[in-house]
Amino acid sequence: MFGWLVWRDLILAWRRRADVLATLFFFVIVVSLFPLGIGPERETLRTIAPGVVWVAALLASMLSLGRIFGNDYQDGTLEQLLLTRQPAYLVVLAKVLAHWIVAEVPLVVIAPVLGLQFGLSQNGLATVVVSLLLGTPVLSVIGSVGAALTLGLRAANVLVALLVLPLYIPVLIFGSGAVQASVTGSSPRAWLLLLGATLIVSLVFAPWATSAALRISVE
Amino acid sequence: MLEVINLTCVRGTRRLFKELSFSAESGELVELRGPNGSGKTSLLRILCGLATPAAGEVRWNETSIRSLGEEYFGSVVYLGHQNAVKDELTTIENLRISSAVSGYALDKKEAQEILKRVGLTQQQNLPARVLSAGQRRRLALTRLLTSKARLWFLDEVLTSLDNTAMNQSREFISQHLKNDGIAIVATHQDLDLIAPRFHRLQLS
Repeated sequence: MFGWLVWRDLILAWRRRADVLATLFFFVIVVSLFPLGIGPERETLRTIAPGVVWVAALLASMLSLGRIFGNDYQDGTLEQLLLTRQPAYLVVLAKVLAHWIVAEVPLVVIAPVLGLQFGLSQNGLATVVVSLLLGTPVLSVIGSVGAALTLGLRAANVLVALLVLPLYIPVLIFGSGAVQASVTGSSPRAWLLLLGATLIVSLVFAPWATSAALRISVE
Repeated sequence: MLEVINLTCVRGTRRLFKELSFSAESGELVELRGPNGSGKTSLLRILCGLATPAAGEVRWNETSIRSLGEEYFGSVVYLGHQNAVKDELTTIENLRISSAVSGYALDKKEAQEILKRVGLTQQQNLPARVLSAGQRRRLALTRLLTSKARLWFLDEVLTSLDNTAMNQSREFISQHLKNDGIAIVATHQDLDLIAPRFHRLQLS
């Protein structure tokens, strides 16, 4: 059932490609605007790169959160998913996995290309990719809590931002810290380990909170 | 056996019903009648476990459904107002994927058999987006044919169906009751079904 649900969400995302590409374009545009706005001074760019890439990833992530449950909520599929013998925890995990593949993995793939605009070194680019690989699933799974809590509400986007941004801040700090370390020549290992720990903790606890929130929203 | 004990439901500031009690046994059809807004949908949603009542409890085989948790859902099929049909999937994909996700994987032949029974063979490879309201309802009804659940909670399933489809639905429900199933159906019109046991509940 887990596999079928992930597969279903992937097919649906493929057939609604425009939505998915919109998030990717947003990421690309936000990151690309900075070198244009701040000027081509190499040192400045290299200093701001970690923060810019990570903040853009965060914002792009937030924009896509409505899509995790929104569509299913509107056509009644969500309540059917909650009426199966499968624990809601697994349903949430399946949908978050599909969301991560569709909304976040493209960001991870394109980020090193964008990193070139900032003059990042090989090490810096590699750390960008690894930190995003570890951090974006956290964004998806924590974001799912906010998405579930704001289902069907007006101004859901603003509310999701308020709920989820404070929880995203540690990820931002660890992620951009890792890239920062790489850029200045020290080891990003400690930051990446912290990111990994955040990932494990959030994968264990967040889906539980999301499923509780879903049951409330579906009432 | 499904038992409902002193159920009270509050929506917003309105109390829809208070201290409602009844029970349903194998082969029983419970017809829920009442004007719009009387709480038929709320009652069905409480019975299938989607919503929690303000007071009271629901028991399935003598255990409270709240303590049964997901195990209870395995015995339940709920057809609400929404069809739970994904526009971007074709008719046959909708059927196969939704039953696989519910735990009953269907191969292509089985799925085609089921679509034949509800008269959607011609539409099987069309995206659900282009189906009419009646066709989407019929697709939603396939959930009844794939599930082996004993409890059916149906919210106005006969709306938007033409006569043939309506008769078919009546047949499905009759067959289910004959197989010792229980059906609780909210409806605006008489169901005209022969059931081993029958009970009409009027909400007002």
